[in-house]
Amino acid sequence: MSGNRILSIDNLRVETQTGVLLDDVSIHVDRGEVLGIIGESGAGKSTLALSSIMLFKSGCRPTAGSITLGGQSLMELGTAELETIRRTKASYVAQSAAAAFNPFYRLEDQVTEIPAMAQKLTSAQRRRMATELFEELQLPDPQNFGRRYPHQVSGGQLQRAMIAMALINQPDLIIFDEPTTALDVTTQIEVLRLIKKVASTHNCGALYISHDLAVVSQMADRIVVMRNGKMVEQGPTRQLVDHPQTEYAKRLVAHQGDGSYASTNGSDETLLDVRNVDVGYGGVTAVKDASIRLGSGSVLALVGESGSGKTTLARSIAGLQPARTGEIRMRDSLLAPLVERRSFDQRRLIQYIHQLPDLALNPRQTIRDVVGRPLSYFHGLRGTGAEQRLRELMDAIELPVAYLDRYPASLSGGQKQRVCIARSLAAKPDILICDEITSALDPLVEESIVKLLTRLIKDEGLSILFITHNLGLALRFSHKTAVMQGGRIVEHGDTRAVFEQPQSDYTKSLIRAVPQLREGWLDGFSANAA
Amino acid sequence: MSNKLTLTVSLAVLATMAAAAILAPVLAPFPPNEMVHAAFDAPGVGGVLGADGLGRDMLSRILYATRYTFVATLIATTLACMIGVSLAIIAGLSKGWVDIVIGRAVDILMSIPQIIFALIILAIAGVSLTTLILTMAVLQSSTYYRVTRPIAGDLAAMEYVEVGRLRGERLHWYLFKEILPNMVPSLLAQFGLGLSSAALFISSLSFLGIGIQPPAADLGGLVRENALALSTGRLTPLIPAFCIALFCLSVNGIVDWLVGRFSDKPDVK
Repeated sequence: MSGNRILSIDNLRVETQTGVLLDDVSIHVDRGEVLGIIGESGAGKSTLALSSIMLFKSGCRPTAGSITLGGQSLMELGTAELETIRRTKASYVAQSAAAAFNPFYRLEDQVTEIPAMAQKLTSAQRRRMATELFEELQLPDPQNFGRRYPHQVSGGQLQRAMIAMALINQPDLIIFDEPTTALDVTTQIEVLRLIKKVASTHNCGALYISHDLAVVSQMADRIVVMRNGKMVEQGPTRQLVDHPQTEYAKRLVAHQGDGSYASTNGSDETLLDVRNVDVGYGGVTAVKDASIRLGSGSVLALVGESGSGKTTLARSIAGLQPARTGEIRMRDSLLAPLVERRSFDQRRLIQYIHQLPDLALNPRQTIRDVVGRPLSYFHGLRGTGAEQRLRELMDAIELPVAYLDRYPASLSGGQKQRVCIARSLAAKPDILICDEITSALDPLVEESIVKLLTRLIKDEGLSILFITHNLGLALRFSHKTAVMQGGRIVEHGDTRAVFEQPQSDYTKSLIRAVPQLREGWLDGFSANAA
Repeated sequence: MSNKLTLTVSLAVLATMAAAAILAPVLAPFPPNEMVHAAFDAPGVGGVLGADGLGRDMLSRILYATRYTFVATLIATTLACMIGVSLAIIAGLSKGWVDIVIGRAVDILMSIPQIIFALIILAIAGVSLTTLILTMAVLQSSTYYRVTRPIAGDLAAMEYVEVGRLRGERLHWYLFKEILPNMVPSLLAQFGLGLSSAALFISSLSFLGIGIQPPAADLGGLVRENALALSTGRLTPLIPAFCIALFCLSVNGIVDWLVGRFSDKPDVK
């Protein structure tokens, strides 16, 4: 057993000056084994994974416990010895390959950098080493792939090139830090399959970090659930998924949904009618001949992968990016393509919520300023009238009234997004356009935001155009679904119909690619695809 | 020197100078333009700081000169800052041809050496305190534009500005509520640098004889009037020069502290 053990971390405690990042955490990884680490952002997943090679963020240090990698205790080693270990024993695959590659060097030079540091290699040798791995990772034209620069390949290909970089020094341990989070579902499948294959053929150990339980359940042999720097639960994958012991793990599993649809309470009255709209930037047409309808009191999900034109279509409805042809109607009135040409009431009735609340909230305005502005602008509310309404809005978004005097910097991501929701509610709109508003949030926070929106639909009589790349979310939350691909609407109908009897091949492939908790889902997928 | 100490010293120096400028009529022992001593009287003999070549009291003249320098510098810099920043925000928000026209106009302004440009304008318009201040304001506004235009561009691309656009907000809202507050840290630094360079600029103009006109004099003018005294081994012209340097140093000391403070994000109450 001990001969197979690659990594063991025992009772590790990591502290900063102000707090504890990891508290009494113990994990181990054997050869050929993948250990999944799951948890929300800030749970300590990355801190734990990087501690296996003694890398700590500045200001953090281990204060108790031991770390053993490949039979060597790392705590006592000096900087030089640690660098050798990091170079030879372990590799790291980061979330964003685009940020991890230097845009000025060819891929093969970056992939082979580590062995070239250890020994003199000719460029022919370096290319041969890289080509072998590119071939294994099923990259197109492996002979010439390495000659390209990072911007010349797709996101999925770049992530695979990064896996090649991780494999080149034949490490004992590979750390995958959310390696597919930035990818589309269909691209994600490819990368997941490769990671799984690589982990078994190279006979190394792996740590797989993700906030997506379905993905981890497909990749890992065992799973550790982290929360607030503590280990909540640890166990073999199937056991943890099928019989979670702790409350938190149960909630994580339950979050994956039971496949039930949102109850239909929307009327058939069409509130927003978008007909044959073309939208473009310069010479590019991003949306072609798109038509969608939003019924009053209902949720229309607009799904598709990145670059499919979802956001562009939403922006043209909001009047930020003018439609070139086609028409957009709200009830009986025709909306001007540009928001500047729309009437006061038209501007009030459609509210837009952005993806990243950090950019959508002015850091130098208090929550009171942010939410109060639409009150005074649209409704002329000031003084006690405004104060009354502000309190109602804070209640509606379930934040304490005392937060009104805070600045956005002191709020969490989910709370900031709630403030953005309050700002749009302040206008008393009919339509909310939500542009991926939960995609930057943790799953359980996402769940609470969706619950909030569901309640608001009833309480405030809202209709929502909900843009998302998350199909599971669309299924749970929306009444109707429209699927976009390459700027066109390829499917539009009742959510249940779209998910149960998809008409277009694209919708079918999208639905198939959504990770599931089911055992063998990924393997089954590879067999199907082959 | 620690930041706190720099701040205290700078504030003390600047406060003293400001008090001297404001209270000049009360503090000055003699009227500044009257010959009350013998020419080139040494300090102590004719007044505390001696007399100039015409026998006027140096201390009184320096007090009044500080007044001129202070007023001209403050007004010119504030005007320059307002012009430059407004143009930058307008350009950043509207993009397109407005941005291009403003940008090229500023380029032209910057391509001509400021002092020569000032010489031409003052020669045409005639020298008075008003034209002097306006000329300086226009010339120096180009640096504020240069510094704030990229920031305005970044801020204009922020989604909270887009939220304002969706609401239908007008220019003054963006200017004062969305963009300007986020510019404060970088503006403070530039404003401080601008104060010193404006003080130096007006002093240079006066030194060249096209600034404040005699018999009135600002600090630069005093250096010029007394420059000849250097050759006789007297240090009189160094006193106003020292005042100019002291002013620039203490302004920078204060700005350093302000920038350090404002670059932190606003915190929870």
